[in-house]
Amino acid sequence: MIEIEAPGRLLLGLVTGVLFGFFLHKGGVSKYAVITGQFLLRDFTMMKMMMTAIIVGGAGAYAMHSMGWVNLTIKPMLMGGVIIGALVFGVAMTVLGYCPGTAVAACAEGRKDALMGVLGMIAGAVLFAEMFPWLKSTVLALPDAGRITLPALTGMPWWIYFAVLAAGAWLLFRWIGRKGYDHGGEA
Amino acid sequence: MSVLNKKRWSPYLAGTLLGVLSWFAFLTAGQPLGVSSTFVRTAGMLESTVAPGHVQSNDYFKAAKVKLDWEWMITLGILIGAFASSRMSKEAPGESVPALWASRFGPSPARRMIGAFLGGVLLIFGARLAGGCTSGHGLSGSMQLAVSGWVFFACIFASGVATAKLLFRGGKS
Repeated sequence: MIEIEAPGRLLLGLVTGVLFGFFLHKGGVSKYAVITGQFLLRDFTMMKMMMTAIIVGGAGAYAMHSMGWVNLTIKPMLMGGVIIGALVFGVAMTVLGYCPGTAVAACAEGRKDALMGVLGMIAGAVLFAEMFPWLKSTVLALPDAGRITLPALTGMPWWIYFAVLAAGAWLLFRWIGRKGYDHGGEA
Repeated sequence: MSVLNKKRWSPYLAGTLLGVLSWFAFLTAGQPLGVSSTFVRTAGMLESTVAPGHVQSNDYFKAAKVKLDWEWMITLGILIGAFASSRMSKEAPGESVPALWASRFGPSPARRMIGAFLGGVLLIFGARLAGGCTSGHGLSGSMQLAVSGWVFFACIFASGVATAKLLFRGGKS
């Protein structure tokens, strides 16, 4: 009854996921002190890791896209859903101290609170599905700006964004380092 | 000591590898990395064992398609990969009441477990409203220069920083 994808594709997902989990753990973001420390603005590990992944991953994805190798999949800009959802997500991520992916990684470290978080997420999905008809007529009924990208919106080429992001991130993290704001351990 | 046995890598190295992994995902699976919809599918699978009719008639489960797919395997893989990394670095099992939490809310495991559960409920609720989480919107969306990804990123930072400042006000700095 439950649809199952082809075994090759499942194996591919598993291999990708194992590497994903390995990198998340080695990066240190499967720890409460790192995630909540980021929101307290005293551990910048998470922001450094995400900005690096966005610049490297994005420049590669756009380069491959321009050669016709890959398709991009842009999520719609739901004015209600994305903004309200992200605001709720930020509160929850600070309390839980993990995001969905890193909560799973933290479970692998034997953290019982992360396991409770995962059980809460499954319960949250049931709650969301039950409330979906109501949400659809309220929050999700707010305007949808569509599957828009920054280059499409501004007419500026994609590479400018990654160049500016890389320069901006470099300056920001250098400044944070000089000011001594980052207490995150990298060793 | 092998690099694989190190407890932590530089966030720039880990981030670079995550970026390269997302190239691999685009090339081989035709879709970017994402995690949160797996929780919907898992919830649908579990609920199907007790109330299959109810799941089949739910509009959200219909739209999300309760299936065992590439993305579901990603999440299973995260568990295995993080376990391997943790074991290889001979890390002690993680504490279940994080020190930072205990510094504000006390050492009670019950209070931490309830807080984590409720945090989890709210986390997936927010992710599904937005249509993605830190992976689908924050990483994959932002790297594709999606407006939705950057708005999501900015909003979780704004609300996360505000929440952290409120919650930990007066705690040890």
